[in-house]
Parts: sequence; structure tokens; C-alpha cells
Amino acid sequence: MQQIINFFIRNKNFLLFLFLLFLSLIFTFQANTFHKNKFVSSANFVTGNIYIIKSDITTYFGLRKENELLLEENSRLKNLIQLLETESVALTDSIYDLLDFVYRPAEVINNNFSRRNNYLTLKSGEKDGLKPAMGVISSNGIVGITDQVSTHFATVMSILNSRSSISVKLKSSGHFGSLVWDGKDPHVLQLVDISRLAPVAVGDTITTDGRSTIFPKGIAVGTVRDFRPDPSQNFFIIDVALFNDMTRTENVYVIENRRAEEIRELEATIPND
Amino acid sequence: MTNDVLLNSARFVALILAQVLIFDNIHLFGFINPYVYLLFLVLFPVRVNTMQFLFIGFLLGLTMDFFSDTGGIHAAACLVAAYLRPVFLRFSFGISIEYNSVKISNTPVGGRLTYITLVVLTHHLVLFFLEIFSLKHTLFIIKTVLFSSIFTILLSLVLMVIFSTKKR
Repeated sequence: MQQIINFFIRNKNFLLFLFLLFLSLIFTFQANTFHKNKFVSSANFVTGNIYIIKSDITTYFGLRKENELLLEENSRLKNLIQLLETESVALTDSIYDLLDFVYRPAEVINNNFSRRNNYLTLKSGEKDGLKPAMGVISSNGIVGITDQVSTHFATVMSILNSRSSISVKLKSSGHFGSLVWDGKDPHVLQLVDISRLAPVAVGDTITTDGRSTIFPKGIAVGTVRDFRPDPSQNFFIIDVALFNDMTRTENVYVIENRRAEEIRELEATIPND
Repeated sequence: MTNDVLLNSARFVALILAQVLIFDNIHLFGFINPYVYLLFLVLFPVRVNTMQFLFIGFLLGLTMDFFSDTGGIHAAACLVAAYLRPVFLRFSFGISIEYNSVKISNTPVGGRLTYITLVVLTHHLVLFFLEIFSLKHTLFIIKTVLFSSIFTILLSLVLMVIFSTKKR
């Protein structure tokens, strides 16, 4: 007994070191699991408010560009509305209750893109109707998926994250695959698992495919920049140049799928064997 | 004594804020960020209770993790750097360093550079290894560690010169 106690006293620094190292590794691996309740997250009171102060200052520098983006989007949407109105659908208020997807604006207060696993922080949380695993898009492309949501803040797993994988398709042929990131260029993502049989050409448009419950169908993501067969020779690896600039994302929309619960329940009844 | 506590607490807050608000947004060549908050560990008084110092190092890293949503990688990196710091101190300044209460800013330049380099390299190695976590990307890890370390060391030296109090 005496020896055991002596051992602990003699090596107390090393044991403390091991204990704390173990703790930090637990936090690290906990961060790798998708939207579990994490202890370490910037969606908390202190970090959230510090990031608000920061973004209050820095947003002024990008206002002109941000206005241009919003104007562009507005004009695009106005054109779309014209098209819809000619199809004799009355755009009354009650029609919104029928919509599957609800878009909510949110302000980005912190954005990373230089790490391997990047996250954004939003100035909206549960009180604004946000929940984990909702899609986040900007005016011209996808941004990521909400991860941790607190009362006033939410973190978003950026598409620039090694654990992010988003289901997308080639707009022309409908062949689908997963959009992942190799960690090198924040403007270029990789589309994997596209069949070698798919007709691919440089310049083709990539859109979301609506197979997941997170993003609606047909949101433009980017264009094909380059493609090559993967090592197994059965699939293509396609470099996708993004439409939106992930290095400057200030205003985003969070998408709620009102039918997500229903779809998930239905899919849960499928026996998987 | 209380003076020391106050000074180090102020330095802790100032360096974390500087790191989060300024230095995390530099993105030199797209991927290089300096981690100057490490200066806290570098400049911490030499004569210190090891257990206390380990806790403080862990806390420093964990604070950074909270800000950057990185789980526990900063905590682990700072902890390893804090644990090995006495070894680096003895290597850079000789064994007598622990018996004199010298300040890091009053040490010879050569030793100081070795010491900072060792601390920064250790921290960055653990940090980027845990962040990327794949042996497939070893070359990429080494490259990032190298460039980031150079940037961190240079900026740390500059900051030390700017904020040094000359009493001569």
C-alpha cells in the first residue's frame, strides 16, 4: 500500500499529464461525432458574444460586396416569381403552409476555412427555430449543416470539413455522388462515387439532389473543373469549383425541412438486413 | 507574487483575444495561421509548480478549442508543450535555469530562439497531427507544421520586442 501511494506521489506530474491528455483526446474524438452533445463548442454564451463583437466590426468592410450579392439574388428571384405567376399559381399567404422547406436568414459571426475541419458560428439559435442537422446555404451555393445549437447561437459544420459529405448530382445526367473536401483549396471540393459510366464534361453544373432530408433538390453548388478516375478505376473523382466563396460568407439561410421527421419515420420502418 | 498572477491573467486574456480576433484571420497563402497565444506558455515564470503549470496549459488550450470548435486538439498540444517545457528550458539555458528566477525576456538571444523554436515545434506537431489525423497526409502535416512554426516564431519574437519593458 505504502509503495502504491509512494508511486503516485513520485509520478504525480506524469499521471496528471496523462489524465489531462486523455481528457483532451476524449474532447477531440467527441468532436468527430456528428451533432452529439459536445462539451467544447463555440455555440456558448462567452465565445458567441465575443464573436458578435468581432463581426459587428468586420461586417462593415464587406457591406458593398454583400449588397451586390443580395441584389443579384433578388433579381434572380424576381425573375423566378414572374415565371411562377404566369403559370397561374396564386401566390397567396396560405401557400406558404404547403411548402416543404422553410428558409430562415442568419448572420455568420465566425467563419474558418484554413483548417482541415472548419466550422462557422451563427447568430441564431433555438429561439429562432434552428435545430441540429439543418442545411445552410448562402445566396449562391451551399455552406454546410448545423451542428451544435444553443439558445442564441449555432455552429455549422462547413462543407470545408473532412467529416462533411453532401449528396449531390450532375445536373445534366442525374448521376449522384458525395461532395467531400480534401483540405487543400477552399474554393475546390471533390465529388466522389460518380460512376465511370456517367457522361462528365468540364463546365457541367453540380446541384444538390434532394436524396437527403437536409437540402432541397436543385440548389446549385458549382461546376466541374477537372475529373479523373479514382484508384479503383470504377468511379470518377471530380474537382468541383464552388459558386459561392466560402472565404467570405456573411449572410446565410438555414433551411428547415418540415417533412424531415415524417420521411425519417417512414424510412425507419424499412427493415435493413 | 500577486503582481505575477495579475500580469499572467491579463496576458492570458489578451493573448487569447488577440489570437481569436486577429491572428486566426490572417490565412497567409490560404492556410498558414500563426498561433501566438503560445507566448503565454513561453513567457510563463520559470519557477512554477509543475502540476499548476500543466493545469494552466490545459486551460489555455481548452479556451482556444472553445473558440475554434476543434474539440481538444489545442488542449492536447498545449499540454504536451507545457509538460516538456522544463526539458526545453534546461536544454536552451543550461541546468541552472531552474534555480535562478530569470525572466525569459532577459536571456541570451541564441538560447531564447532555441527555446521558443522547441516549444512552438512541439505544439504545432501535436496540433496538426491531431487536426488532420491521418498518416496518409504526413508530408502535408510536416509542411504545415514547418510553415506555421516559422510564422509563429517570427511573430512571437516581434511581439516580444514590441512589448518588452526596457529597464536599462
